[in-house]
Order: sequence, then C-alpha cells, then structure tokens
Amino acid sequence: MNRPEREAAVRQIMERSVPRLPPELHTDAVRHGSRMLRRRTLARRLMWLLLWAAAVAFAVWAMVAEPWVEPPSETTPPLTDW
Amino acid sequence: MRARHAAQDVRRAKEFEAFVAGAGGRLTQTATLLTGEAPDGNPRARRLLTFALAHTYACWDRLHGEDPYDHARRHLAIRFADTAWHQYATWQHYAARDRARRRLAGPLAGLTPRERLILVLRLYEGVGEEQVAALLGLPTERVHAICDRATATVLHPPPAPSPPLPGTKAATT
Repeated sequence: MNRPEREAAVRQIMERSVPRLPPELHTDAVRHGSRMLRRRTLARRLMWLLLWAAAVAFAVWAMVAEPWVEPPSETTPPLTDW
Repeated sequence: MRARHAAQDVRRAKEFEAFVAGAGGRLTQTATLLTGEAPDGNPRARRLLTFALAHTYACWDRLHGEDPYDHARRHLAIRFADTAWHQYATWQHYAARDRARRRLAGPLAGLTPRERLILVLRLYEGVGEEQVAALLGLPTERVHAICDRATATVLHPPPAPSPPLPGTKAATT
C-alpha cells in the first residue's frame, strides 16, 4: 500500500461517520459573537475615554506646573557686578 | 450613523446565516473528528465549533476578503490545540490519559490529540504541510512524520490493552 492509497483509505474512514448539524449552532454562535462584539466596543470606548482623560490631565498639569520654566537656582547666588 | 450600523448588522446576520447553513455540516464533522467523539454524542465538538463560529461572527466585518471558512477552521484548530495542551498538562499519569482516550468512540479515538489535529487538517481538510507546520509552530518534517504515524495507527490499530485483573489493582496504585 503506497502513500496515496493509505491517505485515501484514512480519508474514507474519516468521511464515513457523519454527525448531525446541531440546530442551535447558528443562534448560539450569533449570541456569543454579539457578546464579543459588544465587549470589544465597550473596551474600545473605555480606552478612548482613558486616553482623553490622560491627555486632559497632562494639559492641566502642564499649565499649572509650567515645567519648561527654568527653576530658580538654590545653590549658586545670582551672578551680578563683574 | 445608527441607521448605517443597523444596516450593517442586518447584512452581517444574513451573510453569517448563509455561511453557517453552507459550511456548518462540514465544520461539525471536522470538530467531531478533532475531539475524537462519536458522531451522535459530541458535546465538546459542538462547544469548540460554537466558539470558533462566534469568533468568525465577531470578525465578520474585518475579514477583508479572507475566506470565513478558513477563519473558522483556523480558530477551531487553535482552540482545540490550546485545550488539548491544557488537558495534557494537567494529566498526571499515562493511565489517566488512556482512560480518557478509551471513553472516545470516534474513528480517530485511538490517536493522541496532536495526531488527530494534524491528520484532520492534512487529510480531511487538505491543508498544506507548510501551513499546518506554521499554524502549530512545528517543523515541516515533524508534521510529515506525525501524519505518517497517525495514518499507520488508523489503518492498523494496535491491539487494545487487556483490562487489568482485579487482583493487580493494589499493586499498580
């Protein structure tokens, strides 16, 4: 028995038993799939909300703290009169 | 915006229903062969297939021309490989694995989960050796060898182990 014959024989064995198509398969799949979609939409919205809140928080902090302004020196006295 | 979403939902539902009506039978058989269950008692195969199809439904609008059958089959295979791996990791003894295998009644019941997966994908579904190897993260030669061994096991099943005698039970446990 060569390789194609063996493969054909196994294929025949596998095709012999035909299970019945479960009638509730479509409705169950749609139910689970819709739930997945809803969860994904919710997660996406939550992510955008979080991103937006972080951006606003950062902007407010930057306006208040002004980190780009050089802080006044505390160790060296101001250099004057030379 | 809302009307467009509703129209999209209706279209998706129609297309998906047609897809399940057309491909559901073959996918059910694939799932049943994978789990090794009997054709008339296949709760695990149904569960696997329901989740794979749910995934396909959720991704329906983002398939972009990809074959939905291909998508569902890939998810079926991945999910099966995943659950089989977890089961294998939790099985303590070969004896437990043999007991679990003996409960199966399908035509591929005598094979290990990985042998079933490769045999079904290669011969029943006709997926290429390279694609199977890429999907499972195995070398192509290994897929080839496992497929050969599984074919031999199906055609010439090893003799069933004789049931243990009542007196020897205390010695093995």
